[in-house]
Amino acid sequence: MDQLLFYASAALAVVSALVVIGQKNPIYSAFALVVTLCSLAVIFGLLGSPFIAALQVIVYAGAIMVLFLFVLMLLNVKREEDAPGRGGRALAVIAVLLVALFVGQAGAVLSRLEPGAASGYDASTRRMAEILFSPHFLYVFEATSILILAALVGAIALAKKDF
Amino acid sequence: MDEPAFVQHAVLLSLVLFALGTLGVFLRRNVITVLMSIELMLNGANLAFVAFSRALGALDGQVLVFFVMVVAAAEASVGLAIVIALQRHKDTLDVDAFNVMKG
Repeated sequence: MDQLLFYASAALAVVSALVVIGQKNPIYSAFALVVTLCSLAVIFGLLGSPFIAALQVIVYAGAIMVLFLFVLMLLNVKREEDAPGRGGRALAVIAVLLVALFVGQAGAVLSRLEPGAASGYDASTRRMAEILFSPHFLYVFEATSILILAALVGAIALAKKDF
Repeated sequence: MDEPAFVQHAVLLSLVLFALGTLGVFLRRNVITVLMSIELMLNGANLAFVAFSRALGALDGQVLVFFVMVVAAAEASVGLAIVIALQRHKDTLDVDAFNVMKG
């Protein structure tokens, strides 16, 4: 059952990611990205991290995607036009080479990865909170609040009409 | 979910997602779609963190995923604010139109 769910979510994630980068209408891309993020949340849950799965749905599929859709609707974005001859071919070749590089790296990583320490693996929200608020990560955690505040102020300053 | 194969396949999926995001950044011309492709790459990295955290039995990777999500939220808000400013300035969202630093 877990297996079926895992591979179904993985296939859904890949297909919707293909739609994200293949679709000319950005609104459809955004909705496909929501599907990708939600199927990734399922995979996080199956890998034993309920906290990350919940964060994925709340922060990514909730907050960030609403922000994207809000801007798309605000700017009234139209379809991308086909522009003839802008050196897209060269870029496509570079992109394919990069993909080949990543797949090669995948082979290297997968041949070396030796899982097995999974028994007694506990990634519950309680354990996560204990680590996040331990002295090890506490100051980093507090620093992220300053980052969020800076991003908030920066976003308002950038999007203001007369700056 | 104790089968090791799942962890390996999750790493493979994360690589595929990262590669697709890279392709999107290179091939798309709409700034907002490029930003969405970057989100796709960040998600591929997150999945790799979770899979390795699972494989090694340590939770530090999951804490890093938390911080990546915070940074992604900040990046998306500032990036979209810049997109709004660009649209107001140049009246287009085509990345090829933004080719000068001083406007």
